[in-house]
Amino acid sequence: MRRLALLLPLLLFVAIAFMLWRGFSLEDPHKLPSALIDRPLPAFSLPTLERPDVPVTKADLTGRPFLLNVWATWCPTCRAEHSELERIAAEHAVPIFGVNYKDDPAEAVRWLARYGDPYVLSVIDADGSFGIDLGVYGAPETFVVDAGGVIRYKRVGAVDRRVWEEEIAPVLRELGMEFDDLPAGAG
Amino acid sequence: MRRLLLVLLCLGPLVAGAAIDLQEFDTPAQEARYHALIDELRCPKCLNTNLSGSDSPISADLRRTVARMVREGRSDEEIRSYLLERYGDFILYRPRVTPATWLLWFGPAVLLLVGAVVIVLMVRRQRRAAGAADLSPEEAERLARLRAATDASRS
Amino acid sequence: MIPELGHFALILALVLATLLAVLPMAGVYAGRAVWMRSGGSLAAGLFTFLLLSYGCLTWSFLADDFSVAYVANNSNALLPWYYKFSAVWGAHEGSFLLWTLVMGVWTLAMAVFSRSLPLDLLARVLSVQGLLTVGFVLFLLLTSNPFERLLPFPAGEGADLNPQLQDFGLIVHPPMLYTGYVGFSVAFSFAVAALLSGRLDAAWARWSRPWTNVAWAFLTLGIALGSWWAYYELGWGGWWFWDAVENASFMPWLVGTALIHSLAVTEKRGVFKSWTVLLAIAAFSLSLLGAFIVRSGVLTSVHAFAVDPERGMFILVFLLLVVGGSLALYAVRAPVMRADARYAGLSREVLLLVNNVLLVVSTAAVLLGTLYPLLYEAITGGDKISVGPPYFNAVFVPLMVLLLLAMAPGPLARWKRTGAAELVRGLAAVAVASVALGLVLPLVLSGALAFWPVVAITLALWVVLALVRDSWSRVANKRGAGARLRALSGLGAGYLGMWLAHAGVAVTVVGIALTTAWSTERDVRLEPGQSVELGALSFRFDGVAPVRGPNYVADEGTVTVFRDGEPLTVLRPQKRRYLARQMVMTEAAIDAGLFRDVYVALGEPLGNDAWAVRVHHKPFVRWVWLGGVLMMIGGLVAAGDKRYRKLAARARVREASRAPGGAAPASAPASPARESA
Repeated sequence: MRRLALLLPLLLFVAIAFMLWRGFSLEDPHKLPSALIDRPLPAFSLPTLERPDVPVTKADLTGRPFLLNVWATWCPTCRAEHSELERIAAEHAVPIFGVNYKDDPAEAVRWLARYGDPYVLSVIDADGSFGIDLGVYGAPETFVVDAGGVIRYKRVGAVDRRVWEEEIAPVLRELGMEFDDLPAGAG
Repeated sequence: MRRLLLVLLCLGPLVAGAAIDLQEFDTPAQEARYHALIDELRCPKCLNTNLSGSDSPISADLRRTVARMVREGRSDEEIRSYLLERYGDFILYRPRVTPATWLLWFGPAVLLLVGAVVIVLMVRRQRRAAGAADLSPEEAERLARLRAATDASRS
Repeated sequence: MIPELGHFALILALVLATLLAVLPMAGVYAGRAVWMRSGGSLAAGLFTFLLLSYGCLTWSFLADDFSVAYVANNSNALLPWYYKFSAVWGAHEGSFLLWTLVMGVWTLAMAVFSRSLPLDLLARVLSVQGLLTVGFVLFLLLTSNPFERLLPFPAGEGADLNPQLQDFGLIVHPPMLYTGYVGFSVAFSFAVAALLSGRLDAAWARWSRPWTNVAWAFLTLGIALGSWWAYYELGWGGWWFWDAVENASFMPWLVGTALIHSLAVTEKRGVFKSWTVLLAIAAFSLSLLGAFIVRSGVLTSVHAFAVDPERGMFILVFLLLVVGGSLALYAVRAPVMRADARYAGLSREVLLLVNNVLLVVSTAAVLLGTLYPLLYEAITGGDKISVGPPYFNAVFVPLMVLLLLAMAPGPLARWKRTGAAELVRGLAAVAVASVALGLVLPLVLSGALAFWPVVAITLALWVVLALVRDSWSRVANKRGAGARLRALSGLGAGYLGMWLAHAGVAVTVVGIALTTAWSTERDVRLEPGQSVELGALSFRFDGVAPVRGPNYVADEGTVTVFRDGEPLTVLRPQKRRYLARQMVMTEAAIDAGLFRDVYVALGEPLGNDAWAVRVHHKPFVRWVWLGGVLMMIGGLVAAGDKRYRKLAARARVREASRAPGGAAPASAPASPARESA
């Protein structure tokens, strides 16, 4: 009995070591949690880059699944993912809405004119408060929202071909979208 | 690579050090609540810093949000749950008490109890052994030394 | 050429470490005294090559050899020479080389100062040290070679040392901390050697004690320096954040503290042997765990080195072998507890046991909080949680209150049995005085009664006054001040060390409680000429001017501080932009004082020559580290107790009268009941 008690430290250590092994071999310690998954997109009423005088609300976006992309001109990673967003907009039917996050609108309009505009429209979140409602960490971030306005997926960081094919497209398929036989430029 | 990107994202403009921003409050009590809150909330994108110790843009936004909600007269609990809904448990440096954190919150107390029980049992065993042997402390001491010596020469 | 020499020296160190791990130990089992004696010269050789290797890396830094990848990543030609010198340990590879060098120093020190040990025990101890060193050097060579070259395309200029590390703190903090961490390897090796030989007796505890004290003293200083560094460098006035890396250094410290006390009981009374061995293993294991946490990136921390799963895997396997191996050995060989010596429910033994339980539960709480985010992810299937200061304070503070309560009767109690009436008699006046002063002092100092200041001052006085009372009772029967002083000095270095260390704890506790309760700060926008008030202090902002450093440019603010209208000091906080990395750093300006710090940090320019400025008034913050310094001095003083050298000499005589290599059953001489622990 006493002898067995002497085994306790070893057992405890093995348990801790197992947890450590699991901790650093399976998980990305910097992966960020996504609290808003399966919750409704927060309500908002914001002007757009396209028409600064007419506010857009959540109801104007919903009705079918769509992507919501948080971007800014000061964000180099947004520039990096831009061509992939352009490709998605050109080849697929899913609409992409932009959230121009803590940016200078005039600068943003010039940026879109220069690099192309994959967005149906971009709402202006000048002070980042919609961003906080969205639980945004920074730019870029991309949400998949279903037809009922519920957030189904969130990507922190750039969207590239792999993220599209392995993560975003499957979510959209689940929401009833088809991709393969759609004509190019449908978005 | 992705990790690196995230780290870079987090740092944003490369600034390290104190976050000094100016918030106006109606009362000193509000200001104290604000400071207590931003001390207990984690910067969601930094390595391990609270909102008051972080200079990242998201922390500045969150500090502003907290300050606004304090000024609007929302309770600490409302402010915490507002952020909790958006950023998850990760943002709270004081974990909520849920079944998944029972071990965390009550483990140390249980362990302390176990320790106390062990001490009591050891003392009682001592007393029983002392009673049974019926030796004076000096005799017990000598016996112990003799035992130790025999043990050592046996091994 | 020099880097290759360093690399080669490291390989030779590996060879020597392997020999050290094998030869003396094999000598014990083969009964060959010559092999056993080889430990000393092997340890000397090992140290020499580690030092050579380390010297080569330092030379590469001083000579700006940017063809070495590690130098190119962590240095710059503009860096002042003393930062080049300390940049060697500014990142993962070099800091681990320092860690390994420190291991070599401790191993050599053991070989030199432990000549009086029984030969077979020394051989075993040195072999265990060698085995650990093999692991460290292999880790360097396989995963973290600091001598790797950037050939054929060497960097023209170095990327510079992280500006946060360009500070006096980097020069002193890591070497002290590592000396402490690695120093616990000595107690570990003694424990493993004792388990292997089956000779787990009071002599073993006596050999381990001074080494453990010294390691603990360095770790204490290392932690205190780290806290002080964070305080002035990070610019927000905090000095402890319960970060994973801070906890990684605090856990071995807590267990080391428990070990020091447990070793005292085992040495004096021959009890709790298994427990003491376990603590010796645990203290070093937690040091290694700390290295794993810092260097694998498994937990997110502000101080962590870059994430590297390969290194993490190596350390984890090393941990499994070393810690798992030693704990398995423990499970098989540790003696089952037997009531060898008698002690009553109220005795110094039991009070020390209470101390151990509290310290070990504290360690477990810190470990639990540190690792809980990992466990939580496993429980919930991927959810994230943060465990931060609110948790640790909530759990840790009550445990410390209990510990402080037990610290007063501890030194007063006698071995074996203490009469309750006697203790009460000794402590009643102390209790009354500390409660009374605990209520009065905060009122005098701050003009108000707040809970934690009262509790902290009362407990600190409880500890210190009990020590004073104890010292007095030991000399009270002498006549005249001279005789009393002589009697006091006759109590020995061990007693004095205990006194200092316990007083240090009290000082730190007061510092923590008062600075937490009474600190005030304000963030304000100031234009030149404007002032901000903070209590009796007034800060006048006199504007900002550009200044230039060796490798940075800075905006330097001038803030004149007045107290009650009288000029107190002029502070010059800076906002630096380091050229090589284009990194901006705030450099706070501090007017330090024994009873308060005045702390000013510069924020952002707000236009119109106005700046955001943060001013702090931090009463008693220095006491946090001052207590640490007292504890360190106490540890060193206790380690220098003549008793250890006398006993060593006695053991030498005893050893000489025996056949070499034979078993030497050394039972503790019964010690007087009131001798200090």
